[in-house]
Amino acid sequence: MLDAGAAKSSDTILTVANVAKSFGGVQAVNDVSLEVPRGSIYSIIGPNGAGKTSLVNMISGFYKADRGSIKLDGTELIGRRPSKIAELGVARTFQNIALFRGLTVLDNLMLGRHVRMKSGVLSCFAFWGPAQREEVEHRKRAEEIIDFLRITDLRRLNTGELAYGLQKRVELGRALALDPTLLLLDEPMAGMNQEEKEDMVRYVLDVNAEFGTTIVLIEHDMGVVMDISDYIAVLDQGVKIADGTPDRVKEDPAVIRAYLGASHLQDKV
Amino acid sequence: MSDFQFATELFGQGVANGLMYSLVALGFVLIYKATDAINFAQGEFVMIAGIVVSALLSPAYGFPIWLALFIGLAFMVIFNIALERVVLRPLIGRPIVSIIMATIGLAFILRGLGPMVFGAAPRAIKLPIPDFPIIFGPFFFNPIQLVGAGVSIVFLLGFGWFFMKTRKGVAMRAVADSHQVSSAMGINVEQYFALAWVMAGVVAMLGGVLWGSMSGVDTQLALVGLKVFPVVILGGLDSIIGVVVGGIIVGVVEALASGFIDPYVGGGTKDFAPYVLMILMLMIRPYGLFGRKLIERI
Repeated sequence: MLDAGAAKSSDTILTVANVAKSFGGVQAVNDVSLEVPRGSIYSIIGPNGAGKTSLVNMISGFYKADRGSIKLDGTELIGRRPSKIAELGVARTFQNIALFRGLTVLDNLMLGRHVRMKSGVLSCFAFWGPAQREEVEHRKRAEEIIDFLRITDLRRLNTGELAYGLQKRVELGRALALDPTLLLLDEPMAGMNQEEKEDMVRYVLDVNAEFGTTIVLIEHDMGVVMDISDYIAVLDQGVKIADGTPDRVKEDPAVIRAYLGASHLQDKV
Repeated sequence: MSDFQFATELFGQGVANGLMYSLVALGFVLIYKATDAINFAQGEFVMIAGIVVSALLSPAYGFPIWLALFIGLAFMVIFNIALERVVLRPLIGRPIVSIIMATIGLAFILRGLGPMVFGAAPRAIKLPIPDFPIIFGPFFFNPIQLVGAGVSIVFLLGFGWFFMKTRKGVAMRAVADSHQVSSAMGINVEQYFALAWVMAGVVAMLGGVLWGSMSGVDTQLALVGLKVFPVVILGGLDSIIGVVVGGIIVGVVEALASGFIDPYVGGGTKDFAPYVLMILMLMIRPYGLFGRKLIERI
């Protein structure tokens, strides 16, 4: 277990304040506030339908919050389009595999570099001058990430040909290619076998340690969450019922009642 | 002339015409790939382009050919950007039927507006291309067909290169695959929608000029658009190679039907033979020869 917060600075990178979102009559997220410290691994847990993914969708701009504010380093995110939020340094992965089919691993990663590239349609058509230089420079970064995730031998393969765990790893790589300051991982280990999970855990920790990327993680595997998180927020039916370090959250009576007590710890995998 | 010789000659004609069908169908595929919209007005875009260019060339305006082509191109680009903004963008995310109905409506509006603005009389587009036949061994071509086939090949290769090799092209394929994920990657999806419509305008312009110079320009020119459907169903709705192959198949089937079947039944099979093929294809392989077969987890 990591020594929570010990070596990490204490300022806040993401501030979610009194955010609410309803769909028709269903209050998916109700008055939730979070403060995510810079450089931390911050997990959001809760039973199905607790509003975790809705919250992540609001941070990344796919849903517009009805109320409240979401600030990344002081910049309000609510009302901005998802591509703009990505440009500001927020990358995410999706619950279901969301790689671009028919593209190679390298192409998928290069798309992550998209926001950092500037050349226009015509010059990129001709592929000379600045467009080419730019491409080469970004290719370098993509290759670094490929090395980091140890998928060097896969980079020319079509993503559809990869095993599930590898696809998830490539998806992580594509998000990293954005050079995010904040990385949102929506159940990155869902459906994985034990070995794949261990790999993914290691990469998540490495990303956090090596790049200093702040990670917001939605995960159902309690063992993993308790192990790697610096902080945990617990949602239940759209409401935050607890937050704090793993040890504190584990002991919280509200959490035990609403979540852990409802079914056995390991059943939630 | 032996049957074989005749067939070869028809085949050559079919390939040349087919490539020009491919070019028109490419506009349809570009829009479908990027935006998921089924555009029933592609033939009308071709018609509008033909009408604009022929009007500019007519004595009333008397523009030189290069200027008419240039203005026609600029017009189609702006026209399609406007259409995307005003008509199609508000429909993003609506059921596919709404988009189909909207483009069918658009098609009829354009068929009315074109002649209303520029006059209904048939006009010609006279390109500076000779009209004596060119004979290559067993093949026999009208020079405009060769130019048309050549232009089509250049543009099909160009778009192929764009999609396979350039960053914007790859991004456009990403947009086609998932709007949501693309925007999470920082791709401004709406910009790519506009780009797809601009490209469709460019190929409609080329198609309008080529087909217009062969068959004259009036609202009938829009019928070229109907050939788009067998082409894309045969080739696959989202494949550029498919568009080339589908176009050639439709061109050849048409030519062979007109040469070998029409004389016995008094004509007409040329026009529907490609559709027979299309329906067969839908029954056997609904995603076409090169289309992506979607496998979804349910």
